[in-house]
Amino acid sequence: MYRIAVIGDKDSVYGFAALGLDVVYVGENDDPHKAFKKLCESGYGIIYITEALAEILDEEIQKTNDNPIPAVILIPGISGNTGKGIANVKKAVEKAVGSDIIFND
Amino acid sequence: MATTQVNPTRMELTRLKKKLVTATRGHKLLKDKRDELMRRFLELVKENKELRMKVEQKISDANKNFVLASAAMSDEVISAALLAPKQEVYLDIGEKNVMSVDIPVYDIKTRTPDPNDIYSYGYAFTSSELDDAVKSLADILPDMLKLAEIEKSCLMMASEIEKTRRRVNALEHVMIPDTKEKIRYITMKLDENERSTQTRLMKVKDMMLKEAHGY
Repeated sequence: MYRIAVIGDKDSVYGFAALGLDVVYVGENDDPHKAFKKLCESGYGIIYITEALAEILDEEIQKTNDNPIPAVILIPGISGNTGKGIANVKKAVEKAVGSDIIFND
Repeated sequence: MATTQVNPTRMELTRLKKKLVTATRGHKLLKDKRDELMRRFLELVKENKELRMKVEQKISDANKNFVLASAAMSDEVISAALLAPKQEVYLDIGEKNVMSVDIPVYDIKTRTPDPNDIYSYGYAFTSSELDDAVKSLADILPDMLKLAEIEKSCLMMASEIEKTRRRVNALEHVMIPDTKEKIRYITMKLDENERSTQTRLMKVKDMMLKEAHGY
């Protein structure tokens, strides 16, 4: 049985607590690398992460891509959509096909 | 292109021929795998794109609701209201094998079946904006989970496609031509050996006849 975590700045993610997801706040004084590593190791099935935070943790997120668990999924934070989430999908297409044939419209 | 030295023997020839058959067969199979993976991947990635746009849109809307809610109430009240959630979401992760890629299949379980259990507070001290915000977020959750499933599958399939493509290319452009070249080399060498034995025998015969009969 796995649980689901949401990690990000407080304003972006606190609402998810009401739904029964585990919420981890990363403020300015916290170390995001440490927090993310801890989440990966404590057996979460899905980790939702704000795009802003994913920017910092890019390397770590890439490492999780080959394992089935956890699934790290980017969501837009309160400061708006940076387009990084969709860029990740784009990158997967480029990796598989060789060139982007889905998003070039 | 026989860069590496091969022994021009019949044994080596048989070995190489077997290797060529295996390589050709493997190449065909891998090519089929790649094509099928690609087909599935493209289907999945289109779905992924649409779902992601939808979810991102909805999350932005929900975030707006939360901003409204926090404008109407103080931070302490909101924190207290959401401090002890009633609902919990669990996940059962199964696996589905698609062309040797184990893509995850999520089975969602909630602790209580009542959808109203997302409101972990009495309504006395909170504003209705918070209710709306929590509700809007709860409505997205199924889509978010679906997105997680699809996006993870896409990522895993992408790396598998990349790997398979490399294997196909390595077989097609290196391994198979190389082996063919080696087989050609050995066959020619063996033929050459045979011809040289033939001529030598003819020459020896001539010499022996000359010695025996004097012509």
